[in-house]
Amino acid sequence: MTRQTSRNEAPAGADVATYALGLGDDVLVLAQRLSEWTARAPQLEDDVALLNIALDLVGQARNLLSLAGGRENPGRTEDDLAFWRDETEFRNAQIMELDGGDFGRTIARQFLVSAWHVPLWDGLRASTDPDLAAIAGKAVKEARYHVGYARHWLVRLGDGTPESRRRAQAGLEDVWPYVGELFEPDPVTERLVTAGAAPDPAVIEPVWREAVEAVLAEATLAVPPTVRRPTGGRRGVHTSAFGPLLAQMQHLHRSHPGASW
Amino acid sequence: MDVTTDERDFDRLVSADERVEPRDWMPEGYRRTLIRQIAQHAHSEIIGMQPEGNWIARAPSLRRKAILIAKVQDEAGHGLYLYGAAETLGVERADLLELLHTGRQKYSAAFNYPTPTWADVAAIGWLGDGAAIMNQVPLTRCSYGPYARAMTRVCKEESFHQRQGFEAMAVLCAGTPAQKQMAQDALDRWWWPVLMLFGPSDEASAHSARSMAWGIKRFSNDELRQRFVDATVPQADHLGLRIPDPDLRLEADGHYRFTPVDWNEFADAISGNGPCSRERIAHRVDAHEDGAWVRAAAQAYADKHGDRAARGAAA
Ligand SMILES: [Fe+2]
Ligand SMILES: [Fe+2]
Repeated sequence: MTRQTSRNEAPAGADVATYALGLGDDVLVLAQRLSEWTARAPQLEDDVALLNIALDLVGQARNLLSLAGGRENPGRTEDDLAFWRDETEFRNAQIMELDGGDFGRTIARQFLVSAWHVPLWDGLRASTDPDLAAIAGKAVKEARYHVGYARHWLVRLGDGTPESRRRAQAGLEDVWPYVGELFEPDPVTERLVTAGAAPDPAVIEPVWREAVEAVLAEATLAVPPTVRRPTGGRRGVHTSAFGPLLAQMQHLHRSHPGASW
Repeated sequence: MDVTTDERDFDRLVSADERVEPRDWMPEGYRRTLIRQIAQHAHSEIIGMQPEGNWIARAPSLRRKAILIAKVQDEAGHGLYLYGAAETLGVERADLLELLHTGRQKYSAAFNYPTPTWADVAAIGWLGDGAAIMNQVPLTRCSYGPYARAMTRVCKEESFHQRQGFEAMAVLCAGTPAQKQMAQDALDRWWWPVLMLFGPSDEASAHSARSMAWGIKRFSNDELRQRFVDATVPQADHLGLRIPDPDLRLEADGHYRFTPVDWNEFADAISGNGPCSRERIAHRVDAHEDGAWVRAAAQAYADKHGDRAARGAAA
């Protein structure tokens, strides 16, 4: 755990719930985007791989939302949280909800996010909250596979044909402005860092940046300049792409209130 | 090489119920029959991803979403094993896909029907994967080794899918009146297309007899269809669902008599004019064309770097 303090008191349940909700919404929304590739990947191996990543992310989302809902009083289930919250109640970072675009953008986003997940889950394994630590312990192994897959393709697209290079660079520039939000300080995370329950984003960022810059160099892609930093996902502010995603995801569940599936 | 010796060796392998392997001599008709059958099977796996994939985004619970993603991923994996088995017969996956995309090879016509409700996904698992098991378990003893081994892996997963589909159906049947109606409607939609999936009746099947002699096929289409009906009717009873066949009845011999499939009704679907035929192929062709630049990138990278994984598949 980074910035370990002597004040290792148990973190407040509400803070853990908020934190887990944000990370759970991240992976749920990203899984939703990835599954849009079903039966339309460039080749069958990628159908398998993208579905495999989506499946891992849904599994992580179920764990994180169950944890978040379980710390509330009265509690909510994973499905209460996934299907019965409106757009402004979702706490995912905006990068997760962006339209997947072409394969270049999908891979660029996956690489940047998975490269963040690896040090995040790795740090979270040492959390003073045993439930968060257990979820992170499984997730870090999955994230290593995800980053490996995305790196594999980013390098081939960047150092492939002129067209693939152009598309990979464009995809990278589409999503790059949204990475800032992943490292933004917020009061909940700061309290959890102090309690030893979460890794410090300020420590993760340079680890992430080093990993990303090494792969972009290998891919012969340029690190995009940061022109603006959209933000607000963790406070419920989302892009226009998010509403339709949510409407589609929630429609059937909400059409049959109280039903079991 | 003495051709008659080759033929004798081949006949001996088949009649002794041993496996023919890619390095073994085989009659050209045997090779062609296998390529056609394995390719059609592989195409069915990947086209089948479309009607089910249609519901991943809308799955009604996170548990069902995970189960459905895992299932569709399995089907993509089945496509991979099967194209791999076909490649041992000297054809390339890319060429087989080209034949699919240009309508020169077929896939299971059942996938030319739409999945308008969530219950259709449950019904495909219960009935479609149930039928697949009936068809494919005998293929684990097929005379061609790579196909038989691919089927052994595939059948384990198909039976898992069948149980999950039945369970999803059972939850609907125990649910609200709207859910139960959704389940019944889906059974009504899928019953006949699934019976059709076993292929034409024995008298009408051009390839059956020869495939039996070669040890590719073990049971006739009608025998497999009968087995499926016998296994499935009690399951429908258990669910409290009605099979859409007014003449269905249990005979003293323990088998269900059922109305013969009306092949006229399926003529369009089978000849590629089903409700979704154009859409399924157009979707496949679009995906393939959209991915061309990605595959070209992998090839260019491989050429530059001497990459062994020329296809670009992740390690
Ligand atoms: Fe399958
Ligand atoms: Fe299946």
